[in-house]
Amino acid sequence: MSVGSAAPSAAGARSADTSKLLSFYHSPVGKKAVMAITGLIGAGFVIAHMLGNLQVFLGPAVMNAYGMKLHESPPLLYGARTVLLIALALHIVAAVQLSRMNAQARPKGYAKWTPAGSSYASRTMRVSGPLLALFIIYHLLHFTSGVAHPNFHYQDALHRVPAPYENVVAGFSNPVVSLVYIAAMIVLMLHIHHGAWSLFQSLGLNHPRYTPALRSLARAASYALLTGNCAIPLAVLAGVVK
Amino acid sequence: MKIILHVWRQKDRNAEGKLVRYECPNVSEHMSFLEMLDVLNEDLTAKGDDPVAFEHDCREGICGCCGFVINGVAHGPMPGTTVCQLHMRHFKDGDELYLEPWRAMAFPVLKDLMVDRSAFDRIIAAGGYVSVSTGAPPDGNALPVPKSDAERAMDAAQCIGCGACVAACPNASASLFTSAKVSHLGLLPQGQPERHERALGMVRQMAIEGFGACGNIGECEAVCPKRISIENIARMHRDFLCAAFAERPHVETGGAG
Ligand code: HEM
Ligand code: FES
Repeated sequence: MSVGSAAPSAAGARSADTSKLLSFYHSPVGKKAVMAITGLIGAGFVIAHMLGNLQVFLGPAVMNAYGMKLHESPPLLYGARTVLLIALALHIVAAVQLSRMNAQARPKGYAKWTPAGSSYASRTMRVSGPLLALFIIYHLLHFTSGVAHPNFHYQDALHRVPAPYENVVAGFSNPVVSLVYIAAMIVLMLHIHHGAWSLFQSLGLNHPRYTPALRSLARAASYALLTGNCAIPLAVLAGVVK
Repeated sequence: MKIILHVWRQKDRNAEGKLVRYECPNVSEHMSFLEMLDVLNEDLTAKGDDPVAFEHDCREGICGCCGFVINGVAHGPMPGTTVCQLHMRHFKDGDELYLEPWRAMAFPVLKDLMVDRSAFDRIIAAGGYVSVSTGAPPDGNALPVPKSDAERAMDAAQCIGCGACVAACPNASASLFTSAKVSHLGLLPQGQPERHERALGMVRQMAIEGFGACGNIGECEAVCPKRISIENIARMHRDFLCAAFAERPHVETGGAG
């Protein structure tokens, strides 16, 4: 490892720290730790986001007030968006690097391969991840910026504060759009089903007393995300929310 | 009973291999899987064909020499069993079985079902040494070891280094093997002085050899003939992450040597 002098200068110590950070990230275990922490941020966000979204069931006043509240403190809103975007970027960069490394490690596959102990969700992280990336792009263009929304409303046009209730109802009235969202939530369910417990394993946390509970919690979170989020387009299509 | 085999035949490291069909007409249910291949090889030799190359030594499931993939499962369908301890009574008349070598960039095929596993030796070497006193044997129980630590260290030390974990992992990751080796020393007081260096060195070597990253999917633990748990992989991650952040610049001066 790095050989330093007995009394390293401040600059020397700093460059040693940078190289330590680089050599940490250079390792696949370090990359997985980055995926785990960024994934945890993402998983926490999607759960909070779902709880926010479920306010459509409380009517336009509550939902739009919630949207307004988020826009009332720009430092908070843009701070959160920045953290989420950086986390997503790091997650994707590490995913691409690890996937490439993993493909190189198994240049020739088996004529026959039978899973012996892994879940479908865990084996398809490399598929569910990129599908989520595509969905996130569409979702941001649809409900956040409105570019991909044919009928985008603002509750405060001057400050460009969108009206989430009207946008959700108008957006999901189109069955094709609803179907895309429902499909994306199935993909998210799969990604979280494995990811939300795998992240603890990546960070080195496994204990016979807690790991079974973490696995159940990950499963429960993934099903909650599926049902909670899908309830919204289904309610709009059924005319319950209008 | 009759068993139909599709065996991966590959002349050497650089040759193109292919699956070749063989019929084993008189398989006894008492045979081990390797004994069935012994009989096949006698027939092939008698016909002047090249026998199927596969590794074996102890044939009692303790040395880690044997192993190949049977119908897509490393060491075949019986959990906790090496192919040398897998008996033909678990198969039925007319079964068609595909036999393939461990497949990983870090495990080049030498011939047929034999692969070069010296990458594992280099991972072990990268773990370095353990500081123990030599000379007179220490007093019994001079160094207390809690029973549960001793048991978990022994569980990890059961790893025979067969390579099934790498074969079963879609990423050809060597995490289960490496973590077992990191754990069986890391859990014991004798393993503490070099604990961090060992985790750093072995994890680094794993990547250098070209093994993939762990996706925590658990295929390795399902095929492991010694049922090594992926709890060890978490311990290796923990040791590596602690070591990566706690590591200090090496100081050349000082100390009474
Ligand atoms: C809603 C957004 C997302 C969330 C909440 C999320 C969450 C997670 C979590 C918690 C993990 C487990 C990390 C670990 O095993 O340590 C994970 C793994 C993974 N994610 Fe995501 N992710 C998201 C989006 C993406 C995207 C956009 C991609 C792809 C480009 C992606 C690709 C992957 C891959 C490939 C893995 C498996 C890594 C491996 O085991 O090698 N994810 N994700
Ligand atoms: S030959 Fe020794 S473990 Fe199978």
